[in-house]
Amino acid sequence: MGYSFSREGFDAVLKALARTYRIYAPVTFAGQGRFTDVDVVRYDFVTDASQIEFGKKSEYAFKELLTPLSETLFYFTEDEVKEADAQPGEVLVFLRSCDLHALKRLDQMYLGNGFAEDPFYKRIREKLQFVLIGCPASFENCFCTSMGTNRTEDGYLFSVEEQDGKILCEVPSNLKLKQLFMENGAWIEKALPSFVEENDVRVTIPATVPNSIYKAPLWDEYTARCIGCGRCNFVCPTCTCYTMQDIYYTDNGRVGERRRVAASCMVDGYTNVAGGGEYRRTKGERMRFKVLHKIYDFRRRFAYDMCVGCGRCDDACPEYISFSNIINKVDQFVKEEKADE
Amino acid sequence: MNKNPYVPFSSEILDVIKHTEKEYTFRMKFAGEVKPGQFFEVSIPKYGEAPISVSGIGKDYVDLTIRRVGRVTNEVFEHYKGQSLLLRGPYGNGFDLSLYQEGEVVVIAGGTGVSPVRGVIHGLCETKDPQDKYVIVGFRSPDDMLFRDDLKVWDEKLRLTLTVDGAPEGYEGNIGLVTKYIPDLPLKDPSTAKAVVVGPPPMMRFSVQGLLAKGFREENIWISQERKMCCGLGKCGHCRIGMRYVCLDGPVFTYVDSKDMID
Repeated sequence: MGYSFSREGFDAVLKALARTYRIYAPVTFAGQGRFTDVDVVRYDFVTDASQIEFGKKSEYAFKELLTPLSETLFYFTEDEVKEADAQPGEVLVFLRSCDLHALKRLDQMYLGNGFAEDPFYKRIREKLQFVLIGCPASFENCFCTSMGTNRTEDGYLFSVEEQDGKILCEVPSNLKLKQLFMENGAWIEKALPSFVEENDVRVTIPATVPNSIYKAPLWDEYTARCIGCGRCNFVCPTCTCYTMQDIYYTDNGRVGERRRVAASCMVDGYTNVAGGGEYRRTKGERMRFKVLHKIYDFRRRFAYDMCVGCGRCDDACPEYISFSNIINKVDQFVKEEKADE
Repeated sequence: MNKNPYVPFSSEILDVIKHTEKEYTFRMKFAGEVKPGQFFEVSIPKYGEAPISVSGIGKDYVDLTIRRVGRVTNEVFEHYKGQSLLLRGPYGNGFDLSLYQEGEVVVIAGGTGVSPVRGVIHGLCETKDPQDKYVIVGFRSPDDMLFRDDLKVWDEKLRLTLTVDGAPEGYEGNIGLVTKYIPDLPLKDPSTAKAVVVGPPPMMRFSVQGLLAKGFREENIWISQERKMCCGLGKCGHCRIGMRYVCLDGPVFTYVDSKDMID
């Protein structure tokens, strides 16, 4: 069932929802981008529908809510260990199809890998509901169609899309929402969200990758180009790695906290073990580690690919390295290897 | 029992055994089930956590042999008998001792790599045919030797080759890398013999090559991997190699699996 709203009507809906939820959505921050006079679109809590950016891809993913860049887990006081309190309240997250698919990958790691669920992730996750933002057209660098993440059938409360100055919402179920929508908008037959059906960027994922890929010369280019800044990981909606960090407030070191902070497999120190041991010293090896995880190693463990094709890594790379190009180079390498057999 | 797996528990330091200037064994109070090759996350609030292999198992204790090399491990050395450390674990699969009861078995360990296999070697001493059990242990120098009391016992009970990479003039023991002794192992049938190899990555690589050259089968060789680990629970990502997580699927792997695990 669909509804059409004026901007004011939708804002009334949002204000009503804000009584139940904190609302987390992409927002354009004017002039706050990487360079002078450049905007940035990233996630933030909003109270007004006009704050939400419907027309652009967010440069950072919604995952920062679930896996914060820095998250305190425990406080240490004398001999006591106290778990950090959780943020209160339910959150409504506005996101696109690719990101809703990314959520499945985050859940997979934090709730479905190994014998234990991650309680710090779970306590945030349990309070999240989602609103699907429709995608009438592909953005730059997106390759969701190739990754099969362009469409989403469920997992959200309602969809939202801006069309000719109107806000269209489709509500799959939920009677309570229907009532709220009815009061503030007009019923229309169809308000189904748009899904991207074609991207300019296309990738082919090889079904299997031989071990010869580890010594393939294609990685050398990235040893030369990549600066190991980790931006690709931090903007990726499916990257989940973190490092544990303890900090203390006092000189006697008896009061402090344990945090986990986002980690990147591209940044120095990711593999360092006591005594100076380090694996994957070159940026090319790290690139190979990351790329194979996204399009092969994750699938070997969980039966679907990790990468959702949002293209944020390409958007973010200061060296203009294209992840989708690398995927296609890997595919080419695999085809050539097969031909040589 | 706390349901949050990240919450460490306090464990009393029952004893401290000094091996070298840098390496001590901390005997920690622990009554749960543990296997050789498993590890604990040892934490000191304000410094952090580090994965440390179990080097000994008793009824109400575990031994953790710690080398003074990192930020966390330096701080551990300030803790002594009667004080306590925070632990989480045990984690990882560990060694299945039942696999090393019958027939010929070779254990090759280098440096702190002896810790995770110490329990395996103890097990070999108790088998009914300890003369079919071979142990090659290598240290950097005579001063770096760990578990000196154990080495004497192992030398009496089974076939021990103790070697050092280098030694001052006048040293009477073996000098040479562990790999030097693999070709001369007087095995009756390498094709059915089993091997456990633990040590620094190059040492494991060349030892496995030596064993394969001698006729060992890939599925009869086990290795144990060391990686950075921040959780031990399969979440933090640091220990992943290919499709496997060292903390969950290892740290003990057969060579059949580990040969495809390329960093």
